[in-house]
Amino acid sequence: MGTTASQLGKDLLSEYQELTFLTKQEILLAHKRFTELLTKDEKELQNTRVPTERILTLPELKSNPFRKRICHVFSTSEQKDGSLTFEDFLDLLSAFSDSATLEIKSHYAFRIFDFDDDGTLDRGDLEKLVNCLTGETDETRLTRDEMRQLIDNILEESDIDKDGTVNLSEFQHVISRSPDFVSSFKIVL
Amino acid sequence: MEVDSVFYTDHSGRVHNNPLLDQLPSYQSLLYRRKSSNSGTKRRSSSRGRSGSSGSGKWGVSTVSRREEKQKSQMVQRPIRELATTMAEKRIHVTQRLEEARELSSLRQLRQSTRRHLRRLRDDAQAWLSWLKLWRGDIRLIEGMFGTGILSYFSFLRFLVMLNLIIFVLMFSFIMLPLIIAPHASGNITYTQKVGSVCSEYSGTARRGLVNFHEHITDLLSGGGFLERTYLFYGYYKVDKIHFPKATYNLPLAYLLVTIAYLFLSLIWIVKRSATGFKRNLIQDEDRFQSFCNKIFAGWDFCITNENAVRLKRSSLLYELRTDLEEERIKQKIADRTRKERCRIYLIRLILNLFVIGVLAACFYSIYAATIFSQKVQMDNIKENFIVDLIYEYLPSIVITLANFVTPLLFSVIINYEDYSPAFEIRFTLMRCVFMRLTSIGVLLFSLWSQITKCDNGPCVCGYNNKLYSCWETRVGQEMYKLTIFDFIIIVAVTIFVEFPRKLIVNYCDCGLAKWWGQQEFAIPQNVLEIVYGQTICWIGTFYSPMLPAICTMKYFFIFYIKKVSLINNCRPATRPFRASSSNFFFLAVLLIGLALACVPVTFSMAQINSSHACGPFVNYNTSWEVLPTTVSKLPGGIQKLLLALSSEAFAVSFFVVTCLAMFYVIALAGAHKRVIDQLREQLAMEGRDKRFLIQKLCQAQRLSAIKSPVSKSQPCISSPSYHTSFSNNFNEAVFLAHSPPASSTHV
Repeated sequence: MGTTASQLGKDLLSEYQELTFLTKQEILLAHKRFTELLTKDEKELQNTRVPTERILTLPELKSNPFRKRICHVFSTSEQKDGSLTFEDFLDLLSAFSDSATLEIKSHYAFRIFDFDDDGTLDRGDLEKLVNCLTGETDETRLTRDEMRQLIDNILEESDIDKDGTVNLSEFQHVISRSPDFVSSFKIVL
Repeated sequence: MEVDSVFYTDHSGRVHNNPLLDQLPSYQSLLYRRKSSNSGTKRRSSSRGRSGSSGSGKWGVSTVSRREEKQKSQMVQRPIRELATTMAEKRIHVTQRLEEARELSSLRQLRQSTRRHLRRLRDDAQAWLSWLKLWRGDIRLIEGMFGTGILSYFSFLRFLVMLNLIIFVLMFSFIMLPLIIAPHASGNITYTQKVGSVCSEYSGTARRGLVNFHEHITDLLSGGGFLERTYLFYGYYKVDKIHFPKATYNLPLAYLLVTIAYLFLSLIWIVKRSATGFKRNLIQDEDRFQSFCNKIFAGWDFCITNENAVRLKRSSLLYELRTDLEEERIKQKIADRTRKERCRIYLIRLILNLFVIGVLAACFYSIYAATIFSQKVQMDNIKENFIVDLIYEYLPSIVITLANFVTPLLFSVIINYEDYSPAFEIRFTLMRCVFMRLTSIGVLLFSLWSQITKCDNGPCVCGYNNKLYSCWETRVGQEMYKLTIFDFIIIVAVTIFVEFPRKLIVNYCDCGLAKWWGQQEFAIPQNVLEIVYGQTICWIGTFYSPMLPAICTMKYFFIFYIKKVSLINNCRPATRPFRASSSNFFFLAVLLIGLALACVPVTFSMAQINSSHACGPFVNYNTSWEVLPTTVSKLPGGIQKLLLALSSEAFAVSFFVVTCLAMFYVIALAGAHKRVIDQLREQLAMEGRDKRFLIQKLCQAQRLSAIKSPVSKSQPCISSPSYHTSFSNNFNEAVFLAHSPPASSTHV
């Protein structure tokens, strides 16, 4: 992979266009931004993995409370260290793009929110999620009672089969009725 | 552990689910595989696989092949990019598809490739089109920094620019263009006029002789003087018919029809835009029980990159959650209220509402008085000096702006004592502000009309006060013109002289007062109200001043940049932000109210008040509306009959009845849907209970059989902790468990 955007091959570009929801300009921009993260030696190599720390220096992700989860979910790394290749990065941008379908978005949102990676959102996941949203410090955190009431409310609303956890289909059902989700689950480079 | 639970604990005390749960079709939805466990098999069951019974070993090999077939057919239907998989796997899908495509006939291959090319072409075209969209980059930037709530304000502004541009194009092409091209296209303009009548004397305010420079400025700001007899105002279009070599252009008719057209166009456009928002709002209203999920699952705005905005978003989310939780408690409290308390609160509300009405009445009266005073001064032509004259001219605008500045502050204080729930408080204050803003225009127009139709001695000869208002439409147009200009000046001035110094003070002054004051909040509702107010004036004024849409287009164009600069440099986002969905609907709802309000005076003046006989296109008619019946009477008999039938009572009544029937049908349909939804929901909960019951039975049976057969004794307890993450991990177990109990207990 080259140092400038123009060195992204034409075939590769059209393949990426086919495989993602991104437009040509967006792919080129993504490539430019991604190569900026690489060190000099890495630019020579193909399919370099950029470690999480460097990905998180991107301003688009820097202030996102879910940044670590996002890297983790989109990473194809064997060591599960959350490092991203350029293609992983494109996958990420594609899922967060304007034209991605609700299904894709909700699928990835579910995985991002599933902190312990067990396939359901249980009370622990929900608590972590709420803490991520409101901030981790003690003053911004909800009290224990408030948290319990809130999680009870969430489960009451979304847990259709009443098994105490929110699974993917329940999550997608809830999300499909949430009008703000598609417009807010978006990262603009 | 309770007995009826589907979970049971193993030795380490961790709660595990029964692997049998894996085989339930509903749980197949969970089967997405993590990167860690994808070594070997490529058969990833993505989210879309949940419709099928994929991943289950219980049904053996035959199901697997069936599943693959199913997947194949699904893959052909869907574009690859819609798969929730990694790039590498998408590639494999692509090659698979290509292989499959090779098996297909050449015709289908061709069709597929053309389809792909067409899609690529369409995508490119869309990309180009969006490139052309006004302010694309600016709006993206704002979205990136401040999130979707503020974005919706700016896209609303863009919508208004487009709307005004279209209205202007409409006005220009049907009213101004014929006048402009008439001399060049050998058109013959006829100006008909009742000569010798008292009513037809037009004394404009055009200045004669030497004109001072400051008078030019006054004219420019007030629309009088040299501006009065230009394309800008109604009075200039004193044309009856334009005779082109081949056709005759009926300008009065065009004027009336275009006015109706622009009102209708605005209505349709707004309704169309708000339809989606309205639908969402209805859904949201209906299941209010989803509010917490919306806040948690869709609460974070992933667009936000500004550090400050992140902090704000966090605190606002926390605030919202806390208030919502509190609201629940308050609801409980309201339900528990004693009669005495209830009486006390209603009494307080009554008194405060009376007070609000009193304040509103005072505001309206001062607007009325200011208008009458300003009109009188203008009529008497008392000249003092430049500044004082200008203030007199602008007195109504100044009073309206002042009233709109003071009352919202007052309302926000009052609402604290009324003891409503927090969400309702905000909505109620807003409603009061909307009422105040939009009604003040109404009061202004009312006072103008009371002046116009009032004569010194008895009833007016011409139907209006022809001495003072020889061309009253132009006068109204001038008022609207002044309001528009003043509104713009105020917005610019507030940004430059209030917000900017405030920011400087807050940033560079360390005293406590400045810190307490803080930076200006970018309050979306107030800003929206401001531009809706301007738009309402524009709608009213377009009839009297056809160039007003052009002025408004420019005005909103500049406001966009001013607001953008002010937002980025001077303001911080409001602590309680608007959600994009609800705000979109709110904007359009307020705009619709504005439109309705604009329609009333325009239709009233067209149908009821005598049009002036000294100027304008309707010189020959008593009222503007008369053009229509006159034109219809000149049409050939058939069409005339048709139009008469359409406007008859019989038609109106039957139309009304049919509409009512359609409405009842829709209402009944909605009710039926609602009941179906309730039933389905109940059924779902029931099935969940059934499932739990059955699984509990299964577990018992397994434990029994495990005790019976010592070989499999320890097996049920070693269920994998990542039970539904990967099907392959516990495949063996699952098969084992499915077969180990006696046949009678598995086939439930």
